[in-house]
Amino acid sequence: MSSQLERNFVEMTARMTKNEAMDEANRCLYCYDAPCITACPTSIQVPNFIKKIASNNMKGSAMTIMEANPIGASCARVCPTEVLCEGACVLNASTKPIKIGQLQRYATDWAIDSGVQLFKQGEANGQKVAIVGSGPAGLSAARELSRLGYSVTIFEAEAKAGGLNAYGIVSFRLPNDVVEWEVDQVVKLGVEIKTNTRVGVDISADEILAQYDSVILAVGMGAVPNLGIIGEELDGVHDAIKFVKDTKMGVLTEELIGKRVAVIGAGNTAIDGATCAVRLGASEVDILYRRTEKEMTAYQYEYEFAKQDGVGFKWLTAPKQIIGNEFGKVIGLECVKMRLGEAGADGRQRPEVIEGSEFVLEVDAVIKAIGQTRFVSLVEAFGLQHTDGVVDIDETTMQTSNDKVFACGDVVFGNGQGEAMVVTAAQQGKDAAYMIHERLRKPSEIA
Amino acid sequence: MADLRIDLAGIKSPNPFWLASAPPTNSGYQVQRAFEAGWGGAVWKTLGEPILNVSSRFAAVSFNGQRVAGFNNIELITDRPLEVNLQEILETKKRFPNHAIIASLMVEPKQEKWHEIVKKVEAVGVDGLELNFGCPHGMAERGMGSASGQVPELVERQTHWVKEVARTPVIVKLTPNITDITMTAEAAVRGGADAISMINTINSLAGVDLDSWNTVPHVGGKGAHGGYCGPAVKPIALNMVAECARNRFVNVPISGIGGISNWQDAAEFMLMGATGVQVCTAAMHHGFSIVEDMIDGLNNYLDDKGIASVMDLVGQSVQRYSNWGDLDLNYNIVAEINNDVCINCNKCHIACEDTSHQCIDMYTESGRPMLKVREVDCVGCNLCAIVCPVDGAISMVERRSTIPPMTWNERQSLISNFSR
Repeated sequence: MSSQLERNFVEMTARMTKNEAMDEANRCLYCYDAPCITACPTSIQVPNFIKKIASNNMKGSAMTIMEANPIGASCARVCPTEVLCEGACVLNASTKPIKIGQLQRYATDWAIDSGVQLFKQGEANGQKVAIVGSGPAGLSAARELSRLGYSVTIFEAEAKAGGLNAYGIVSFRLPNDVVEWEVDQVVKLGVEIKTNTRVGVDISADEILAQYDSVILAVGMGAVPNLGIIGEELDGVHDAIKFVKDTKMGVLTEELIGKRVAVIGAGNTAIDGATCAVRLGASEVDILYRRTEKEMTAYQYEYEFAKQDGVGFKWLTAPKQIIGNEFGKVIGLECVKMRLGEAGADGRQRPEVIEGSEFVLEVDAVIKAIGQTRFVSLVEAFGLQHTDGVVDIDETTMQTSNDKVFACGDVVFGNGQGEAMVVTAAQQGKDAAYMIHERLRKPSEIA
Repeated sequence: MADLRIDLAGIKSPNPFWLASAPPTNSGYQVQRAFEAGWGGAVWKTLGEPILNVSSRFAAVSFNGQRVAGFNNIELITDRPLEVNLQEILETKKRFPNHAIIASLMVEPKQEKWHEIVKKVEAVGVDGLELNFGCPHGMAERGMGSASGQVPELVERQTHWVKEVARTPVIVKLTPNITDITMTAEAAVRGGADAISMINTINSLAGVDLDSWNTVPHVGGKGAHGGYCGPAVKPIALNMVAECARNRFVNVPISGIGGISNWQDAAEFMLMGATGVQVCTAAMHHGFSIVEDMIDGLNNYLDDKGIASVMDLVGQSVQRYSNWGDLDLNYNIVAEINNDVCINCNKCHIACEDTSHQCIDMYTESGRPMLKVREVDCVGCNLCAIVCPVDGAISMVERRSTIPPMTWNERQSLISNFSR
């Protein structure tokens, strides 16, 4: 059975064959001032990398991608391409868009398979930068800083580097070896990644501030917050982030085989939790959302994917309490029906409880996916201003309230600031690196 | 249902599609399969003294993933005994009496050799002869094929020798590996040719392998030039056919050859003066069944145009082919972009900006990207329309000139009148 479960978590989309890639690459028009480049947050020169595939310049193609996006192999798999590059492709208006994501994967897979080191460390300039967090933003910043000659140290609380890509994106979309390769590319540039090193526990924020010329805070977000209802401590209640992380670490539990699972929340993490539950053998998986299909925050393709996986959706449904048996195991979820009322301060219609509409779902597990908590104490340890845990930055300079500390990625996402996509985090990491270089480089280097 | 039958210098076939003398017509088995598939005629693979072939013979050129844009071969004439070929011609002709079988011939430039082979092939009932003065590789090194075809006197003399004994129509197949093909076409006519066919293949080297640095193809590490054909050579062939068709000394029917892949190509050759066409590469790429659409498409085209017989197409465009000096200097076309159809790939802009006359502007109108041609600077070069990937986005439209038409030749003669 476990080998069946393992198969369920193998990357779903097959790599393009050489013939497929060539056909598709040759279909690209090689637009001038191409909208796919503009649509990419990291401004990958898409027509160029595609032409290079067509001319069998695979190293050049991979370089073009990875130059612009240090986690280009991951983004090839996880980007919402239909709203980015492929959505902007001019061929939408005449035939069908170029499969840019698939081609990007084809080129970066070549790089992974060939084992080439694509970039070189810059000549050491004697300055040291600390990066907290080795996710998309931190890795991207490290790659660029190292190329510029900085001595870079990344502090990573987990056992493996990669952050969200390593622990938060389901394996059947993003296999570990892809993330490991991207991390390895950065390590080979001389970047030191101190894993199992939690800032605030293993090293203090003050020590980092004292030892480095500049600091980048790229810690992302934390666990799912509590629902604030009875029964959250029961056996069978999971945090979606942790739930997905366990599958990424190769721990494929057999406990859910044939079980009924309720997922609370309707963002991309909820979809991840639900589809992982399906792949772990659950017989029935339902997503509960207190608003409607229209308000759900998951990408359209994620929603479609979940439906294809057989995940059910119960709209206008909120959990009221989790019911356990005498052994402390989940046996049910009491829910209440909602309706959309007046618009709130954020302009969204507020869900309101329909009194007396309570009902009980018989479930064996509950997965919570109602957002993520912030690493507030860490932010405060660095003495940075924040708004509800979202670090305040100057979006142009990526600088926090401490001009020596820059921040990027999910740690700055929220309250209308930043963007949640992996690819945006990569760009922010690059930007933070360039801004640090602006600040730290010697006057003699300024032309 | 249009009448697709042709009569080329007395050689009749049920349709204008013949297989050219090449690997597809190597044997009776193949030619009979071709006739079953619908081909109207076949020029049997060149007969002569049997030769030895090498292994590794063909190569093709791909363009942007499109296979066989051009095709190259170093195969020689038939390597089978003449008697075997003659027997198979006899059998094939017996099975398909209404299809045209033409024997392609190549022998040493000696009168008795030509007399001997002509008599042998006519004895088995061929409908005509095609003299191979075009094959550019191998045989040319032995004084045959294009080595003969490049010398007008040799073309004329050998054609004459054949005509001394031939009772069936004689087609002379010309090589394009010559500066002016009308020179050898005229020589063939002087020698008494009943028709000419063109083009044979063009001297070529298909490529170099970037890993081994061997030629493509190579025979044990060594290469030699081959003959180039396929879609890439069509414009070269079409011009040569047209130049012969409009030459008043070349007043014999033409069998058009060179990159013909479908009925449209065939119709173009016929409009430019070919009475019928010969096909090889397309059949080698896709098999004999492609003739089905050739016949069907040509028939539908003729029906749409209200033309009763395919022979009525022949030469219709020839009088429109002229010299540059006879073109109207005051004729004026400009590019017009339909922004409702345009998909904004901007290929027209960058083509014009970098490589032509800098007259296509990119701008934004209420947030929407647009392109516009500055007509005053447009020279009507067509480049934008050529690179545009969407049908109907760019049209080349006539802007009536206020000045009456005048050609370069007319202008020069006017100037010389004034200066007199």
